[in-house]
Amino acid sequence: MKTLIKNGRVVDPSQNLDAVMDVLVEDGKVKALGVNIAEAADEVFDATGLVVAPGLIDLHVHLREPGLEAKEDIISGTMAAAAGGVTTVACMPNTKPVVDNAAIVSAIKQRAAEESYANVEIIGAISKGECGDELAEMGDMAFRGAMAFSDDGYYVKSTRLFMLAAKYITAFDKGLICHAIDPELNAEGYMHEGAVSARIGVPGIPAVSEDIAVARDCIIAEHTGAHVHIAHVASKGAIDIIRQYKAKGVNVTSEVTVHHLTLTDEACATYNPATRVSPPLRSWDHVQAMREAVLDGTVDAIVTDHAPHAPEEKDVEFRYAPCGFCGLETSLGVMLTDLYHTNIFDLKTIISKMSCEPSKLFKLNRGTLAEGSVADIAIIDLDKEWTVDSSKFYTRGKFTPYEGKECKGKAVATMLAGKFVMRDGVVCTK
Amino acid sequence: MAKANVSLGGRDILDLESLSVEEIELVLKTAEEMKKVMKRDIKKLPSLRGKSIINLFYEPSTRTRTSFELAGKYLGADVVNITTASSSVVKGECLRDTILTVQSMACDAIVMRHPIEGAAAYAANVAEPVIINAGDGAHAHPSQGLLDLLTIREKRGADMKGMKMAIVGDILYSRVARTNIAAWTKLGADVHVAGPMTLMPYDIESLGVTVHKRVEEAIEGADVVDILRIQLERQKKGMFPTPREYARIFGINEARLKLAKPDVTVLHPGPMNRGLEISWEVGYCDNAAIRDEVQNGVAVRMALLFLTLTGGKHIENID
Repeated sequence: MKTLIKNGRVVDPSQNLDAVMDVLVEDGKVKALGVNIAEAADEVFDATGLVVAPGLIDLHVHLREPGLEAKEDIISGTMAAAAGGVTTVACMPNTKPVVDNAAIVSAIKQRAAEESYANVEIIGAISKGECGDELAEMGDMAFRGAMAFSDDGYYVKSTRLFMLAAKYITAFDKGLICHAIDPELNAEGYMHEGAVSARIGVPGIPAVSEDIAVARDCIIAEHTGAHVHIAHVASKGAIDIIRQYKAKGVNVTSEVTVHHLTLTDEACATYNPATRVSPPLRSWDHVQAMREAVLDGTVDAIVTDHAPHAPEEKDVEFRYAPCGFCGLETSLGVMLTDLYHTNIFDLKTIISKMSCEPSKLFKLNRGTLAEGSVADIAIIDLDKEWTVDSSKFYTRGKFTPYEGKECKGKAVATMLAGKFVMRDGVVCTK
Repeated sequence: MAKANVSLGGRDILDLESLSVEEIELVLKTAEEMKKVMKRDIKKLPSLRGKSIINLFYEPSTRTRTSFELAGKYLGADVVNITTASSSVVKGECLRDTILTVQSMACDAIVMRHPIEGAAAYAANVAEPVIINAGDGAHAHPSQGLLDLLTIREKRGADMKGMKMAIVGDILYSRVARTNIAAWTKLGADVHVAGPMTLMPYDIESLGVTVHKRVEEAIEGADVVDILRIQLERQKKGMFPTPREYARIFGINEARLKLAKPDVTVLHPGPMNRGLEISWEVGYCDNAAIRDEVQNGVAVRMALLFLTLTGGKHIENID
């Protein structure tokens, strides 16, 4: 099977490439890149006027399987990925049961191999049951192919246990992904503590709850040499600490979500339960700090923290709503609308942080269109205008703070290992 | 006098931020007329005959619930009380379904008290009947704000510009504080807040108030001192060391009250913890308008029900 993607603007930061050319895909791999490739192909895809980029890699996704299929499962979650131009998702272990042993890692891999519309990378738990009491079998999970380890949803409260985890993991060349929020300071609040919470009365979560937790994890990264990746940084204080430790050469990396780059706590002012998330949407000064941190390299990856919930769980009073919302089908569109078309980020930065750099952080061997690499490709129409309508989503989590948003820019085709899994917004079902 | 085009007909009353100065004036004028009805031998108007009002209370309440119930009954409406302990809520019914169920019974207004901020706004999005917020978490309690305005007006006149207002106590968890801050700053008063800093919201200055670390500074020269109820639950959570220390350092007693204007008006939303946030003497002193607040509460709630359910026109010279 040969596919020739003709005449697209190939944007591949992994090769520092931004030029109009053809991409020849054969047997699931990129066979050639070049201007006017003449070789005959089974299908010629005319990408004139479109961007051809490495498929997006989202390091922070909740697929909810096993156990929480009312929210999402591997099929619906990876269909949402395909719809959004995302070809690889790393799924978090806070399922039921928790992904804390090799058998569950294998079971998810098996399910994804049977039917999925994206590559599924697996993040195992740091502690058994994500309870923070004793180490999970991270070595065994690493040998079965777990990408990294995290107790996402919870901070590893015990400094001793986190220290042990960091030391232990260095033998397996894997990273720890840290949900770094002080649990006590976090516990009494439901939104960012600031002018909006003061006005609308919802108890606030101070931004320092992140700073304190991030500082500890950076200190332990320095002490142990472990790769510590800070998940969903949203506070300017926390990003400053990460910047300092990176400058010292400590193996700390970080990610920021699309929503923490584009929304403020004003979105919570109508008590829309779709806006409740952890860490919370923060004030404009924090959003600006996150944007600066993307541009100066303190932030390595842009993620969704795609966290679908069932309507009966999420359509409730603000404080009762569980944290999180879906993001896979809006991430690229929102980034292009709010950050590319406003000249805040260039396209190279967006593709780099949403594909190339995430791949490098966890050695995924993707996020590139170099000849010989796996043909995971997103074809993007930068100017396509569309409106966010959750009723049309593939994900089961129909809640998004971007509901009704007018967007400009969207993936119009997604290729996974040489085969189209999405065209014109429609996922190609098997 | 309220302008002719000001109307609250069909409006949800969720907070005082969303009411204009003219709309607040309309409510207060109407409440003054309603007070005359309350003083009648036969306290009954036919204005809301054929209307039904549901009091949907997710939190315990004596004065607010009774006050809304009597207000509805004085105006001739049918009033039904639902307290969640004896409703389908204990069977796990969600707020959306409870609201839709009540709406299906053809009620005209839902008066709602709920522990979560924004619950009334949520109900207003779901429901067609008028929603009157009778308190949502730490957010708003608009009828309390209006009854305080009526009380202040009776004691000190309608012009609040430059009036020094002190709100003392648990600002952080207080819907009364947020409501009064919104109303009083809108009407041009000079609003000061004080209390333990553990019960002071971060960035409360952004609401246009002055924060004091000691209650004495807030009270000094004040026209009105609004004393908030301290929930003992807060002390159990360690927000301040002991009730004893609270009373000694932050409680309003006669000595502290002397710092205010001699004719200061003392407000308290009730129920009072005497000996904690308010001393026995202050609670019963001549400056205390606490029972006026309760009486005005019924009048203001009559006004709100009347204005929202009857096309929102001003009622004049009721007698």
